Amino acid sequence: MTAVDEIKIGGMGARRRRVEDNRFIRGKGNYIDDIVLPGMLHMEILRSPLAHARIRSIDTSKAWAMPGVRLVLTGETMAARNLAWMPTLSYDTQAVLATDKVRFQGQEVACVIADDPYIAKDACEAIMVDYEPLPPIVNPMQSLAEGAPLIRDDKENQPDNVIYDWEVGDKGGTDRAFAEADVVSKIELHYPRSHPSPIECCGSIADFNRSTSKLTVYMTTQAPHIIRAAVAMVAELPEQMIRIISPDIGGGFGNKVPVYPGYVASILASILLERPVKWIEDRTGNLISTGFARDIYLHGELAMRKDGRILGVRMQTTADHGAFFSDAQPSKFKIGLMHSAFACYDIPNAHLVARGVYTNKAPGGVAYRCSFRVTEAMFFQERMIQAAADDLGMDQAEFRRINFVRDDDFPHRTPWGFLTDSGQYGKCLDVGLEAVGYQDFLKQKEEAAKRGRLLGIGISTMTEPLGAGNSREYDILGIKMFDSAELKVHITGKALLRTGARGQGQGHETTWAQIVAHELGIPAEDILVEEGDTDTAPFGMGTYASRSTPVAGAAVAMVSRKIRAKARKIAAHLLEISEEDVEWELGRFYVRSQPDRGVTIQECAVAAYSNMPDGMEPGLDNTAYYDPPNLTWPFACYIVTVEVDPETGVWDVLRLVAVDDCGVRINPMIVEGQIMGGLTEAYAMANMQFITFDAEGNCIGSNFTDYLLPTAWETPGFELHEVVTPCPHHPIGAKGIGECAAVGGPAAFVNAVIDALKGTGVRNIDMPMFPDRVYEALQTGKDISGAPPVRTGEA
Amino acid sequence: MSNLYEVLPPELDDDVPVRKVTIRVNGENLSAVVEPRLLLAHLLRQGFKLTGTHTGCDTSNCGACTVLFDGQPVKSCTMFAVQADGHEVMTIEGLAGPSELHAIQEGFKEEHGLQCGFCTPGMMMTSKALLDENPNPTEDEIRWALSGNLCRCTGYQNIVKAVMWAATKLQDQ
Repeated sequence: MTAVDEIKIGGMGARRRRVEDNRFIRGKGNYIDDIVLPGMLHMEILRSPLAHARIRSIDTSKAWAMPGVRLVLTGETMAARNLAWMPTLSYDTQAVLATDKVRFQGQEVACVIADDPYIAKDACEAIMVDYEPLPPIVNPMQSLAEGAPLIRDDKENQPDNVIYDWEVGDKGGTDRAFAEADVVSKIELHYPRSHPSPIECCGSIADFNRSTSKLTVYMTTQAPHIIRAAVAMVAELPEQMIRIISPDIGGGFGNKVPVYPGYVASILASILLERPVKWIEDRTGNLISTGFARDIYLHGELAMRKDGRILGVRMQTTADHGAFFSDAQPSKFKIGLMHSAFACYDIPNAHLVARGVYTNKAPGGVAYRCSFRVTEAMFFQERMIQAAADDLGMDQAEFRRINFVRDDDFPHRTPWGFLTDSGQYGKCLDVGLEAVGYQDFLKQKEEAAKRGRLLGIGISTMTEPLGAGNSREYDILGIKMFDSAELKVHITGKALLRTGARGQGQGHETTWAQIVAHELGIPAEDILVEEGDTDTAPFGMGTYASRSTPVAGAAVAMVSRKIRAKARKIAAHLLEISEEDVEWELGRFYVRSQPDRGVTIQECAVAAYSNMPDGMEPGLDNTAYYDPPNLTWPFACYIVTVEVDPETGVWDVLRLVAVDDCGVRINPMIVEGQIMGGLTEAYAMANMQFITFDAEGNCIGSNFTDYLLPTAWETPGFELHEVVTPCPHHPIGAKGIGECAAVGGPAAFVNAVIDALKGTGVRNIDMPMFPDRVYEALQTGKDISGAPPVRTGEA
Repeated sequence: MSNLYEVLPPELDDDVPVRKVTIRVNGENLSAVVEPRLLLAHLLRQGFKLTGTHTGCDTSNCGACTVLFDGQPVKSCTMFAVQADGHEVMTIEGLAGPSELHAIQEGFKEEHGLQCGFCTPGMMMTSKALLDENPNPTEDEIRWALSGNLCRCTGYQNIVKAVMWAATKLQDQ
């Protein structure tokens, strides 16, 4: 007998085909809208057509009179039950159904519950709302101006539209660094409002059973346990009587983290009607009312010596949060992990000032494929780096290299207080430059320029903090951001694993089993993975911010080790030796002095139920709660080459090279899938995804005809490379990966286009770099801003 | 009647015109009485309980609801159920028989052509239409054929590979 072959049993490193695919490829997934409960009714939401208006009256009589209508909810109904407002995940309040004013276009005003969704929709149109229009504000700078209309007049002690002022870093030291600098480089950017837009919209089915007092809610949520806690607080129901089930989720990307009014309204409707109530959002509702992302103004400057060493950085951010501050983020940090910017560079001084502002736009600020604002942080960082290299007249790759934290400098404390712990930044950059043929491309570019062709190369290198996080620093609403895993090994040696995470396509059902296989030698196919049901899964904080592998994945390894420790005692008993004489190899314990004598993990499982040592508790189950000692710090180098057509402003991607170091890869196939998905969203941000507003507060981008997502036709091909630097504190050496490419990617595209325009005086074109923007920049030699309009005139 | 009972709605509104439709779905004739405004996607999902056809956008952009209509790919949220009366529809549930997999289904799994799985049925139905017409497509032909189907997870590269995998397997058969 020997150890089992890890790849054969689907362990670490196996390109194991996905378990969940077996149902998805047959059309047998179980998404929210596929679930039908006996007696189920359907809810639709009436939304505000205006961005800012006082509600004079709402007449629901015609809706009530329509056949098939069971209930009409308005702000008044909600207020009578103290549910007109709900707390947000950022200690603000958000209207469930509007009572006093509407504060953005698309805000929830009333709900109809009917026998059929078509009837509910008809009845919504029969509701008459009398609005008194108020001047809307869609630009945060206007919101900050003196005399601006007060958006949140519902709040006490809210004299203006400022949500918070926050700062971090050493102002004095940074000021001194700038005073000593040879060169100071500046940049101003707007990272536009965007929307995660998973192909499945949000939805819920609330099922309140009066006879048992149990409330079961099926919900498109990435974090079912947080939702259970939130429902217990908002609806004042006992937590043991609340069961949140997150079924198969058709993509999340951060859109399905917050609590939305539709969820709350469907719950109240089910309690009032004592029947299941289903709410399925339509696409316009999804785009105009649920968790948008970004929408932030970034100003900053770098202080440098002539030789290119960076001495200090200043950043100033103004975030447009819309009408309610409902970001889902660690409570300690008002602007997420923005201050993780420049973590891969060795910079002694840094200072960040952040301001949050209310406007008449949908709330959100969700972490769209991103660990709490790191997307904005890394975009700013890499755009700043390119501008600084240009100002210094240095090669952009060389400028990065001389400022990188070196391999032997870890652990490294960033000036804003993060502790990076591992990486080979220079090596990743080298792999990328080699792959793209950097020197050759520079020559090619020069040649092309002589013939009037505009080629450009953009680099983006970054390390980002993934896997929040340790309990000293990270909590949401006071709940520490640990995660969990529970493993039950059955008598036949097969196992059931549950975690507190909730995948939305990341392949947890496949990879978690691979970790167990790696730790215990039980074949992955013998392990069933379940997530998403709060009545059965251990408490965890869910899946977002690339935290599943860093936190829940670590819990899976740790619970497997607990099982192995018990199995070792059983093995000693079966082998009739003392525990100290037992050795382990994958799948098997053996006698140190007689390697041929051993028992398999499966034989230990049988014994755990049938032949345990005296005094041992029967069974082979355990649970692990994992509080990570630090974040994980993957590194990435993305290089894009483009050609810009000077006649049209159209730019085409020539090559896209990605080098990712996410530590040990559990399932390389799935890791590569995550990277390609992220690169596509990066390309989408740079090229087409755009939600803006006109001066009246109308959302431009309220459907997929206006809000463009890339298709197979325009999406470029990807060239993937890897470097492996194991995470020093993660039990299996893994780091987060789901979001790296979406975080680091956008700057590579913009840097490439700006590089192609070098010499024209253009330093910045705000994303998306639509051809007309690029064309205008080429014609005028001026930067192009994408900020929304400032309104003039009366309401 | 195929059941011993039929549950009728409590009050039939005589003002609402309804029409009986019969559609051959996955090789079987299925009938329903529908309002003319009912979308084919909704009849398939709610009426015929074929929930593999998904809806994701309401504006015929995303393609998650793609089915084959007389062999041609159509977005079933763009058609009224009454327009399908007397026609043939194939949904993802009809792509292969029980306990069988079509080469396209195998290809998507083999090449990791899906993640959340929501766009996948529509992607596969469009792929089927492509391969029926063009058994040996180039990468560009595949990308063009799939350009009416949106995927947010994969970045399409593995979907293209999945279709190529299926094309190879179908040609070897």
